[in-house]
This record gives sequence, C-alpha cells and structure tokens, in this order.
Amino acid sequence: MNKRIVGVILTLSVIGMTLGFAPVSAQDDCDFAGEIYIGVIAPLTGEIPKVGQSTVEAAEMAVAEVNAECGLQIDDENYEVIILVEDNEAKAESSVAVATRLIVEEEVTAIIGPQASRQAVPTGQVANDRETPMISPWSTNPDTTFDRPWVFRVAFLDPFQGPVVANFAASEFGAQTAAVLYDVASDYPKGLAENFRDAATDAGIEVVAFESFTTGDTDFSSQLTNIINASPDVLFTPQYYNEVPLIVQQARDLGYEGQIVGSDSWGTPDLLDLCGAACEGLFFSTHYAPDIATEVGQTFITAYEQEYGAKPDDVAALTYDAFQLLFTAIEDANSLDKAEIRDALASVELFEGVTGVMSFDEQGDPIKCAVIIQIKDGAFTYYDSACPAGFPPETTD
Amino acid sequence: MDLTFFVQQLFNALQLGSLYALIALGYTMVYGVLLLINFAHGDIFMVGAFLGVFASMVLGLPFVAALIVSMLLTGLLGVTIERVAYKPLRHASRLSVVITALGVGLLLENGMLALTGADPRSYPEGFINTTSFSIAGVNLTSVKIIIIVLAFVLFFGLYAIVQRTKWGMAMRAISYDKFAVPLMGVSQNQIISLTFLLGASLAAAGGILWGTAFPVLSPYMGLRVGWKAFIAAVVGGIGDIRGAMLGGLLLGFIEIYTVAYGKDIGITSTWRDPIVFGLLLIILVVRPTGLFGVARRQKV
Repeated sequence: MNKRIVGVILTLSVIGMTLGFAPVSAQDDCDFAGEIYIGVIAPLTGEIPKVGQSTVEAAEMAVAEVNAECGLQIDDENYEVIILVEDNEAKAESSVAVATRLIVEEEVTAIIGPQASRQAVPTGQVANDRETPMISPWSTNPDTTFDRPWVFRVAFLDPFQGPVVANFAASEFGAQTAAVLYDVASDYPKGLAENFRDAATDAGIEVVAFESFTTGDTDFSSQLTNIINASPDVLFTPQYYNEVPLIVQQARDLGYEGQIVGSDSWGTPDLLDLCGAACEGLFFSTHYAPDIATEVGQTFITAYEQEYGAKPDDVAALTYDAFQLLFTAIEDANSLDKAEIRDALASVELFEGVTGVMSFDEQGDPIKCAVIIQIKDGAFTYYDSACPAGFPPETTD
Repeated sequence: MDLTFFVQQLFNALQLGSLYALIALGYTMVYGVLLLINFAHGDIFMVGAFLGVFASMVLGLPFVAALIVSMLLTGLLGVTIERVAYKPLRHASRLSVVITALGVGLLLENGMLALTGADPRSYPEGFINTTSFSIAGVNLTSVKIIIIVLAFVLFFGLYAIVQRTKWGMAMRAISYDKFAVPLMGVSQNQIISLTFLLGASLAAAGGILWGTAFPVLSPYMGLRVGWKAFIAAVVGGIGDIRGAMLGGLLLGFIEIYTVAYGKDIGITSTWRDPIVFGLLLIILVVRPTGLFGVARRQKV
C-alpha cells in the first residue's frame, strides 16, 4: 500500500483515539442495520481520574457484551451500539461543553454520565433543555434529576443516604454528638452534609460543629481543631477519595480519637493506597458490596475481574447498570426516537442491576438499598445493609 | 480565651504560613531581579514535590537525601527554564514574557500529567518518621515541627546569602539598576541564573514539605498554592525577601484564625476565602507596594 495513505490512516486513527472515538469492534457475523451512538461523559483527568477510568471500563464492557449479541433489536433489526467517550476534567463547565457537543454535533441518542454531582447537576440541565435522555450513574444530589423529565439516574439520593449514615452512627456507636467537615463549593458534599445534619438531629444526635472548606484545599487543620475542640463522638465527611486521606490523617495528627464515617464518594479503591493504616476500621455508606452480590452482580464482577484484573468499584457497577437500564429502555421503546426512549425509561418499574433491585419514582430516581462498608485489612468489606421502608417489594427466595 | 486552642491553631498557622512563604520567596526573588512575574513558579513547586516522589520511590532515598536531590534538580530546571524560555525575551515587552511564563507552567503541568498520569501520588510509607506527641494539650507531629524549623532555616540561609555574600550584593545591585551593574564587570546572566537556582530549589523544598504534610500529590497541586503564594509575595511587597516571608506567614495566620475565631462572631468557615482576600485587599489599599515594598520610579 502507498506509504502516504498508511500514514494518513495511522494519523487519523491516532487522532480518533485521542479524541476518544475508539469504537468497540463488534462481531463480524452480525448483520447490523445501523448504529446507535451513546455519549459517555467521565472525569478522565482532573481530581478524580479513577472515577473516569472505572466509568470507561464498565462502559466498554457493557457495550462489548451487547454488541457480541448482535447489538440492540429495534423492529427486528440489529443495531450496533457505539460509545463516544468525552473527558470533562472533573469540571462543571467542561462537562456542559462536551454534553452540548455530543448532542448537537455527534447527535447521540442518549448520554451516560457525568458521575459527580458537581458536573451532573449542570449537565442535566443541558440534556433536559436539548431533550436528550441522560442517565447519571453515580450522582446522588437530588437536583440532578429534579424537575427534569429527560434525566435519570441509578444511584440512590442523598436525602436517603444522609439518614442511613446518621442512623448508623446512632445505633452502631451510640453517638450523642457529631461534627461535619465538607466542601462547600461542590454540590455533592454540600447537599449530603446538610442531609446528614438534619437526619442526625432527627436521630437525636447533636451536631456540635459544621465546618467547610473549598475545592482544592489541602489544609484542614483549622477546621479540624475547631471540630476537636467541640469533642464530637463521630465526624462525618462526605468527601472524595483524594481528600479523605488528608482529612483523616490531619484529624488523627491533631489528636482526634473519635469515629470518622463517610459516604459513597469514599468507595474508590485508590483510597486504600492513599490513606493506608489511618483509614483502617472506618465505615462509609455506598451503593453495593461485591461480597453480597446477587447472581446478576456475580456475573458482572467475574467478567470485570477477568477483563481488567481488579474488582469493580461502585462507579463501575453503577455505570454498568446505567447502560443495562438504557438498553432495556431502547428495546422497550422499539425505536431510536429520543422521546420514545425517554418514555420507556420513565415507565421502567422494577429493574435488577448489579447494585441491587431498584424501582423508580416520578422524578426518575431509584428507590433502592444502601450498604455500609468497613475498611478492614486494607479492603472494602461488607458490614450492613440499609433499605427504605417496605423495600424491596418482594423477596426473591 | 482557651489558650490550648489558640496555641494549637498557632502551630497550624505556622505550618501553613511557612509553606506559603517558601514558595513566595521564589516569586519575589525573580521579580526583584527581572521585574518578571514567574507564573510557572507554582508548577516548579509541583515538579519539586514529584521529583521527591521519584527520588524516594525509584532511588529509595530517605527524606533528607531526597530533599537535597530534588532541590538540586529543580534548581537546575529553574535555570534551564530561564535560559530557554525567558532569556531570549529579555528585551521583548513584559507582556510576552508573562505569557511565556504561563506557557511554561502549562507545559510543566501537562508534561507531568503525561508522564505520571492523573492519579494522585504520595510519598512511600516511612519516607519521613512521623511521631505524634502532645504538650499540655497541644497535639503536634514531628513533620509539623520539621516543616516550621526548616522553612525558617532556609529563609535565614537565603537572607544571609543575599545580605552577606558578594553574589547577594550583585543580586541586590541588579535589582537596583540592571544597566549600570554589568558595566562594573558583574555578569548579569550568572546572577539571573543564580536567582532562578535559589528560587526553584526553595520551591522544591516547599513542594516536598507540602507533600509530607498533605500527602496527596497531583500535577495540578501547584495551581492554587502558587496563586496564593504569589498573593503572599505581593502583600509582603514583591521584590523583598523579608516581605515574602512575612506575607506567607500572614496569609497562613489569617486563613487559620478566620476559621478558628470567625464562628464566635457568627462567621462560618464558608466565609474564609472572602475574608482572607478582603483583608489582604485592605492591606494593599493602605500600602499599595505591600508591607516591605518600595515604590519604583517609572523611567519614561
């Protein structure tokens, strides 16, 4: 072949890969009538790159699996699923920009992502305004889906998670007093901190300190000294895996001896390396625990471990669930029309995913159980479950 | 007033402030000699911290050796940056140099991102011996003490170099009049290189100390810290190294004590940054040249 043509092809494929258009190759023996484009928005760079990595890994797996079975069936024809991955650099403004680009220029059928509420809340507005179905796998802030008929999610909400942690603190440690340290500039920690405060008060825990910082801070010594001065039984900090090690270590260095509890943002395995022995024995609430996975979960976990050599974290599990939910909806709708897919998403009643059984309310939010994880021997270990009253509706034994 | 609480916060402020000060020194020295705001300085600080990680992980060096290696290499990096990026522009307009400095910063940041990936790093376990102890209710760690002591030692070392040696005299002279000094037989290039060497190695020391106090390192860590240290240098009076030290400490003290006592008068920690920067603005309104700054006459 002409050297120049080879060169051009190579260059184009390199450009394609850097831009994130690495299409997952499908089975050759399927006869595809067309393609379905799905946008994936993930924080590949920025402060929480592990979250981005888990997202892409789970997304590629979900898509490879569905394409291996000849894609999605619409009107008895097979459609190949193709994902377009975009990096939002863990920034709200980049997230809005790439969402607009995906919808307007790439004309994607639906968007999976963004993950953190800080990006998911503003991006949900874009998807809703431009009438494109969006499922955020990991965002737990109510604003992401609130009054936005086009936006869905597969994670539970912070108004549910707050009480789960507060009740756990009350029953497990018999906590009488609590303190909160959170990032006031980020939607997720701010919302959850307030949910926790209200829930703690309801559970009979007095919140003796409610301290904040802003994104990017690394020195929390002043806030922690205030907190220690108020001598709480338990410190709640709903921060991400790159901040938790700093908070825990500084709190211990400053002489805090009480319990420290967290939320689902803790659940990235990198936390274990960064925090080391300082985090041993601590508890946090999250979406799923590999130790108690159901059959659906086990299949996913085994396949994921085989492919990537590590257990999937909560982000991977939720992303995979978001894809399954979307696939179900597209096949239910039996159409590529975005409005019909939206309607199908809205009418899913009960869905069994890797992260458990969930049903959906009128805001597009799932009702599901949370789990409490303990960091034990340098690993995330299942400790307890907490379910909404009367859920799950039927037991599967 | 609770004295233990006050003293505890005092050490918190000293730690944070002396780290800001170490970085602010680099900004102020380069400005003093070249009238250049070296916006790449925050990223040089980041490179220093990462070189410490490489020295400890790859070469297995202990704290002191890693600190010296990183200070030397980062110092050389500073000199190289000046030679390659700033020297050709010495007679260009100041805007060109400032934009080049921003570009160098982005290069370092994204270069490190490409080299190490976006995952946060930390120093290996046992890199520095951390022991916690408590004196009369005040909880301290050996790291905190080392940071504060080392920052002051480095500052006084630098101050001695600038005030007591011929090199320092040449540096001050260039800052005073950069046209007359070369006529006296002093090599302007050598003095500028020395300035970058000292400034960058202090930033590297700041980077490693920062990384031991706050052990989650990322290629973006220099952005905010660099920006705050720059403000500290301006408040102290940019161009004067005593000003940088004082400005850094002052910034640390205001940040810590706003959070510590703000809540007593109904100001939560959410208000920290507006209050910190509001106070600094007031200082600049009262003394536009900063605490130690001297107004320069513009020669037209």
